[in-house]
Amino acid sequence: MWQAFRDEHVDQGFEVVTVGMDTLGAEACRPFIEAAPLSHPSLIDQHHRMAELFGVVNIPNGIWIDEQGMIVRPAETAPAPPSLAPERTSRLRGEGMPERAVAMGAEAAKIQYDRDSYEAALRDWIAKGADSDFALSPDQVIERSRPRSIDTSLGQAHFELATQLELDGNHGAAVRHFTRAHELVPDNFAYRRQAWSLEPGPEGPLRRFWQGPMEGAEADWPYDGDWLVETQAMGAENYYEPFVP
Amino acid sequence: MLTTSATVDRATFEARTGWQLKPEGACKGEICVPLGDAGPDSDTVDLAAIADRLGMGLVHDDQVGMWALGPETLGGRALATAEAPNLTLPDLDGNEFELASLRGNKVLLVAWSPY
Repeated sequence: MWQAFRDEHVDQGFEVVTVGMDTLGAEACRPFIEAAPLSHPSLIDQHHRMAELFGVVNIPNGIWIDEQGMIVRPAETAPAPPSLAPERTSRLRGEGMPERAVAMGAEAAKIQYDRDSYEAALRDWIAKGADSDFALSPDQVIERSRPRSIDTSLGQAHFELATQLELDGNHGAAVRHFTRAHELVPDNFAYRRQAWSLEPGPEGPLRRFWQGPMEGAEADWPYDGDWLVETQAMGAENYYEPFVP
Repeated sequence: MLTTSATVDRATFEARTGWQLKPEGACKGEICVPLGDAGPDSDTVDLAAIADRLGMGLVHDDQVGMWALGPETLGGRALATAEAPNLTLPDLDGNEFELASLRGNKVLLVAWSPY
């Protein structure tokens, strides 16, 4: 998604690193990564280390790191540039779509991305470095990073345990620890989407985006919330926090 | 960090948490936290003791025989320092990549997911 932007700026000492956060790992990420040739590093993060190390709680999120290895903007919503934006909702349109898919498409269409502001800020930083108004001081970076209490840390421990148990084939125990992680870190929407995406969905491209009960099998859904219910409750227009210069 | 015991060897702890255990305490970036009695006894780190000092959540599931240690909560923020941690993750082919290898460049690190 960032390849063209990266190519445009690589001569200015700029690089992009993408990190696919998915318990199911490389094979789940591969079709998306290999959809177009990439020349920047593209990594796989099965246990959401990005949450632990940088405070990533939703995707897409971006972090800016300068030439000295200092973070100059902590994790925030990082929509792909306008010209490169994929048509997210197209797969949820069309005749004969299940009711849930139509409802999800309607919510997804309401999600707001401040693509232009983010891209303009990024270009400004690439050009001006530390003189860019968008490059924050170390104190601002720490202050703007996500709040982290002992509950957050405990929740992250439960999440890592859950992802390992899922990989070990112990889905029941994984659900138990995912549930604790969701309770302890309620602001981490990626933790919820990850767990929901590991539950059954309809065969085909919607499977991992279903993230909720299958029709007729509502009693089998192991979580309190699901993508549609929670997105409707928060208001899809609040799905991402607006860009703060 | 996941373990199958209540203690972990020092090298693993340092590599996995980014905290270096020094005579003055546990250090990361410009921050050092005195460890007192929680300091590593030879090359072994007691998870409960160090979790207490660094404000880390520690989960033990005795049904599956595993411990999980969450990150530090010093300062109440996800970042205790603006110095970027050395993220090391595999690429699609399993080759480990170190974020620090891009030192000297401006880097946009983007998290995404296929679901």
